[in-house]
Amino acid sequence: MRTMKLIAIACAFALSISPSHADWLQFRGTDSSGFVAADPRLPEILDEKNIAWKMPLPGRGLSSPIVIGDKLVVTCSSGVEQDRLHVLCFSSSDGTLLWERQFWATGRTMAHEKTCVAAPTPASDGERIFALFSSNDLICLDLDGGLLWLRGLTQDYPNASNSLGLASSPVVVGDTLVVHIENDSQSFAAGIDTATGLNRWRKDRTKRANWSSPVVFGDRVVLQGSEGVDVLVPATGEIEWRYGTGASTIPSSAVGGGVLYVPSNGLAAVRYDSSNKSVEETWVEGSLRPGTASPVVADEKVYVITSAGVLNCADVEDGERLWRIRLEGPFGASPVVAGSRLFAVNERQGLLQIVDLEGEEGEIIGKLELGEMIQATPAIANHAIFIRSDGHLWKISRP
Amino acid sequence: MRAIIVILMLGQALACGSIAEPIDVIRAVSMEGEGNVEAAAAWRELAASEPSGLVPILRGMRGANPLAANWLRSAVDTIAGRAGTDLPVAELGDFLLDTRQNPRARRLSFELIAKADPALAEALVPGMLADPSPELRRDAVARLIGQAKSLAEAENQAGATLLYRQALGAARDIDQVKAVSKQLRELGREVDLPQHFGFLMRWKVIAPFDNLGREGFDRVYPPEERIDLSETYDGKGKKVQWQPLETSNDFGIVDFNKPFGMLKEAVGYAYTTFESEAARPVELRLGCKNAWKVWLNGELLFGRDEYHRGMRIDQYRIPAQLKAGENEILVKLCQNEQTEEWTVQWEFQLRVCDSSGTAVLSTKRLATPEAGSGRRPNRRAKQDETK
Repeated sequence: MRTMKLIAIACAFALSISPSHADWLQFRGTDSSGFVAADPRLPEILDEKNIAWKMPLPGRGLSSPIVIGDKLVVTCSSGVEQDRLHVLCFSSSDGTLLWERQFWATGRTMAHEKTCVAAPTPASDGERIFALFSSNDLICLDLDGGLLWLRGLTQDYPNASNSLGLASSPVVVGDTLVVHIENDSQSFAAGIDTATGLNRWRKDRTKRANWSSPVVFGDRVVLQGSEGVDVLVPATGEIEWRYGTGASTIPSSAVGGGVLYVPSNGLAAVRYDSSNKSVEETWVEGSLRPGTASPVVADEKVYVITSAGVLNCADVEDGERLWRIRLEGPFGASPVVAGSRLFAVNERQGLLQIVDLEGEEGEIIGKLELGEMIQATPAIANHAIFIRSDGHLWKISRP
Repeated sequence: MRAIIVILMLGQALACGSIAEPIDVIRAVSMEGEGNVEAAAAWRELAASEPSGLVPILRGMRGANPLAANWLRSAVDTIAGRAGTDLPVAELGDFLLDTRQNPRARRLSFELIAKADPALAEALVPGMLADPSPELRRDAVARLIGQAKSLAEAENQAGATLLYRQALGAARDIDQVKAVSKQLRELGREVDLPQHFGFLMRWKVIAPFDNLGREGFDRVYPPEERIDLSETYDGKGKKVQWQPLETSNDFGIVDFNKPFGMLKEAVGYAYTTFESEAARPVELRLGCKNAWKVWLNGELLFGRDEYHRGMRIDQYRIPAQLKAGENEILVKLCQNEQTEEWTVQWEFQLRVCDSSGTAVLSTKRLATPEAGSGRRPNRRAKQDETK
């Protein structure tokens, strides 16, 4: 009986420190899949009444919001040189600003005018926030804004920068934060101890500009680059397997059902058999070529938005296209899915479009124009969709 | 009474002492996260301080490395966030006016004053026109630009011109310099932008050496070993020798395509001298979209092998130490194999300035070359210079 009680206490403790089901902890969600289970409380038919609140932001950003409990964290960059870095925490319920911390960029801030220094999405392990910027400043805060550690990765590795800007978002797996800084001059990936900010490992990477982000794949992390993908053990950096047929340097891979969908020669479905250590390329489909937005997997289908703004639905088994519909593009933000609803926000007018994925073909069932350029991928949490632009942060929910 | 004063002074000394220790711990943070663990504990101590701790922490940023400055800044944010508008404005003001302090910390103190007393902050702005902190100076310049614009709208051209001239003298941010110089030129005034920025306009150049497979970046060609402007070398497929190249471009762009043609897979060098009255620290600020290296007096300062990802003024800020007298500056400029239209450029812009961006001019600087000989085609000027 006493043992049972101890187990119950341990479980309760584990639950208390684990990310809650409603969280959205990093780029494309807690498991970086871009997919969450159906939520009947999410809005479907959109109009102005669905804007629960809209808050001003102090700077630009392509980074997505992340959600930890009721806390909604956003990064921004401001100033004539984009060298003022902001981490802001809002109440996801009512949009109240809970705290803000500012930092000075310690690395280069030059970027193409379409992007900015706050391009990578922050990540969280549920207790800490890891905010990375294109200047390679990496800042770890607790949930109340207390500074736990910081790094200046361009201070450490002086040629690790891209004059067009960096955009790769970090991912956290267990107690390791994986950062992937690939550029033309000094490329590396590193596993950083989430408690101290010290390197657990650091490895040189291909010297070639790359804006794709690492993806969580079970208990492994996928690093994607011009040469293909490497799947590694996050705690050690050891590469377990590799798919080396080249890959895109902008959209990132999608995951689902133990299969990796790599933007490579269109889209390639790849799986790894650990029993015989073999990599199997299940299919490659040239017509499923993602534009800037990353693909997403839901209910045995893979969804790809092309550079022309066409949403393609294909069978995960063989890559056969099942249907396609034209959305109002173009898209910089990646689509995200809750159950059978796909949410995509376009770039120019910030037009949020909801696609019903249940029927024979996809159907756009809701639209809401936010009226600002939006390139950041939305977050889904707490029965709402959170979207940010260079100037504002919105909560979209049922009235 | 005396006893009370002694107790108060003792209390203050103890408070400062208790703050000094964590500040020192934080100032010790260095590369690759070293010192992070100790700094985190020190930060918690600092962040729990009363608002009276703000100015000692701001002072702690003087001479601190950029990482330590960020640690300290975050403690300031935390304390100030808790304090609301109940801030020690007089002490913050003293700190603000002390131009020896960290420029960014002084800007932060200004923002805290603005939070507590917006009208006072507003009144302080005009006095910042010559401030060593570019961020503080910017507000004062912006105000002058606004006033000049009002005068111009009231058709007081002479008054507007005077204020724009004053604004240009003070402006350090590129966008403000461009905006003001445009207005002055429209008002019929000449503006010497290369001199304002401190761009180096006269060079001796030599090319091409081979950069097949981008290997020329690491290869040591004769100009890296010794500068002899009369020497002839074996270049890429032909003999090469030094030749003069001057630019009249407003933003000091030195275009290798002009003397050498639109070559690919080529390495070139540019050499110039800079006369300094005294030994002093400066920044060499480079803009370049080709791979490059820069040497000062034979010492390699920095190099970067990135091609065609963009170029802008002050893209790279390279701290350097000038010696008294003649200083030799050598730039290596590598062009790669790409053939797209946007990879044609083989050029750089280099200026000498102090850490605030104020031009440092050679004592032997000649007049800026007349427009015409060095001006580059507009199509690319639009794309790159104004970024």
